[in-house]
Amino acid sequence: MRIEVAGEKCTGCETCLDSCPFTAIVMKDGKAFINEYCQLCRACLGVCPEGAIREVLEEGEEGPEVQDLSKYAGVWIFAEQRDGKVASVAYELLGAGRRLADDRRAQLSAVLFGAPESEALELIRWGADRVYVADNPILERFNDEPYAELIALLIREHRPEIVLAGATPIGRSFFPRVAARLRTGLTADCTALEIDQDTGNLLQIRPAFGGNIMATILCPNNRPQMATVRPRVMKRGSYDEGRKGEIIHVKTEGLTSRTRVLETIKEVSEITVNLHETDVIVSGGRGLGDPKGFKLLGELAELLGGALGASRAAVDEGWISYRHQVGQTGKTVCPKIYIACGISGAVQHLVGMQSSDVIIAINKNPEAPIFNVANYGIVGDVYEIVPMLIRKIKEAKG
Amino acid sequence: MNIIVCIKQVPDTAEVRINPETNTLIRDGVASIINPYDVHAIEAALQIREKTGGRVTVITMGPPQAEAALREAIAMGADDAVLLTDRAFAGSDTWATSYTLAKAVEKLGADMVVCGKQAIDGDTAQVGPEMAEFLNIPHISYVRRIEDVQQKSIRVQRLMDDGSDVVESSLPILLTVVKEINQPRLPSLKGKMAAKKAEIRKWASTDIAADADKIGLKGSPTQVKNIFAPETKKDRKLLEGSPEQQVDDLLRELRGLKCV
Repeated sequence: MRIEVAGEKCTGCETCLDSCPFTAIVMKDGKAFINEYCQLCRACLGVCPEGAIREVLEEGEEGPEVQDLSKYAGVWIFAEQRDGKVASVAYELLGAGRRLADDRRAQLSAVLFGAPESEALELIRWGADRVYVADNPILERFNDEPYAELIALLIREHRPEIVLAGATPIGRSFFPRVAARLRTGLTADCTALEIDQDTGNLLQIRPAFGGNIMATILCPNNRPQMATVRPRVMKRGSYDEGRKGEIIHVKTEGLTSRTRVLETIKEVSEITVNLHETDVIVSGGRGLGDPKGFKLLGELAELLGGALGASRAAVDEGWISYRHQVGQTGKTVCPKIYIACGISGAVQHLVGMQSSDVIIAINKNPEAPIFNVANYGIVGDVYEIVPMLIRKIKEAKG
Repeated sequence: MNIIVCIKQVPDTAEVRINPETNTLIRDGVASIINPYDVHAIEAALQIREKTGGRVTVITMGPPQAEAALREAIAMGADDAVLLTDRAFAGSDTWATSYTLAKAVEKLGADMVVCGKQAIDGDTAQVGPEMAEFLNIPHISYVRRIEDVQQKSIRVQRLMDDGSDVVESSLPILLTVVKEINQPRLPSLKGKMAAKKAEIRKWASTDIAADADKIGLKGSPTQVKNIFAPETKKDRKLLEGSPEQQVDDLLRELRGLKCV
């Protein structure tokens, strides 16, 4: 913010000069001028008989430094869609959002762009009290500018306290534009969200420094508090077919986009699908010492009807392709059984698999952190244990 | 064409650990590198320059020692570099960082800004898109291929969860790139000589006319409340006995889970 004299209104009467404790108002070419000594103390506001002295927001600024936080209420989630179908992360956000909204005794709203109303009803059944639906051809395919512009407009109008999106290629791409525009904070890739009972602030917990540590992030003085949330980390809420909510169609006039999606190339790899849908994942890390280790793990995975995963270390070594990578910079998975072989258990890996139902770890080093999350740990050599396991499973199967 | 690449010098995060006593980072002896994704951004900019002509300027915000990262970029083939360094920038979150970088880009003037998709220390992927918003230019994230680039337009593929989108845009534009976009070149001998001799401009907040309320700690809406070592489940159970006994126990558990 800055304070300035509107030159066209100033009559040069010099009334304002003495009002400034910092002598920052000077006469220049017969008119008052506020120079760089101004401390924004506001003592001069209202002194001018012509009303020429005013506060001006800088470009992109959204009001005075400390916002009136009490004007903000409610939790919003952005429900992203592809081909008119809401992505599963939106239902997870509703699960998390419902909990936060109940904590704050507030309403939970979803924002849905470019999808049919039937999808909005589904969002209500999964816990939304209200859905803002925007229907405009420009929103059917994802373009950052119109998405950012419209949600920023809606946020300014309705002032939610918390706004969440999935940490997906869509949410991670356009939410930063929204935060920049609204002059508020955005926390990326959260794995946990809680309300601080003392202050009512949102505690945004995320892995940092490559996932080796966790950090709690606050946005204490600006609203809304915005965060993107990792897919497959939050639990869905309960589904209620009879649940009622409000659907609000919002205006979408004047949206423009300088980018244009010409076509969409689908190339979902079988591996990705398998990692997300399978009951069993056998995963290997640097401890395998060799790309051949994955052949062995592949055999075990096949026997168990599962899929093959890998730690970042193994992918970085070039032993297996990135599509298999599980962890913060790879896939987040939650199979019934996760078998970690030769994986030490860096946090960046753990955040991608620790919600698995049962974790089995095989590692030579008894101090490896992977054992801290494992339900069953075997301290031993992967090349001794796994072949024996394969043999015994084969025997058991006859 | 003026192309600006924004890079960050980062600790090699594979080596960063937390001291469980004090809950602070142990950064001693951890090497500094150019953020790996940014190396691909530099390469992408050099390849675009080969097609369209023009200049590649590399900028970074950081402490004085970040100059080393800029010299590395010049060794790869960048024409010019600017270091944004000022104690007033300290404590910047993504909002304040992108504001600061945008002010420098504004001063330099750009037809295209290229960034890595994210930095490996923060992994937020926010600074690129936030900068685009401050510059009021479009952006495309997660670019995996540049299909065509002209003086006034560009067509790229961006990586999505279910494949890729082919996206076209007018220039100026900001791109963030993923690793698969290219194979970065190694510095040439000539490049290394140029890097040695290069004069790196150093700009403080006043050089880019940055608003003091929008930079550094004061300009940052988010605060780090605390950092901590991740919690772990307490019900760890190491199997015992000979390897064979352990495998038998495991097999029994797997059967119990109806996995075998």
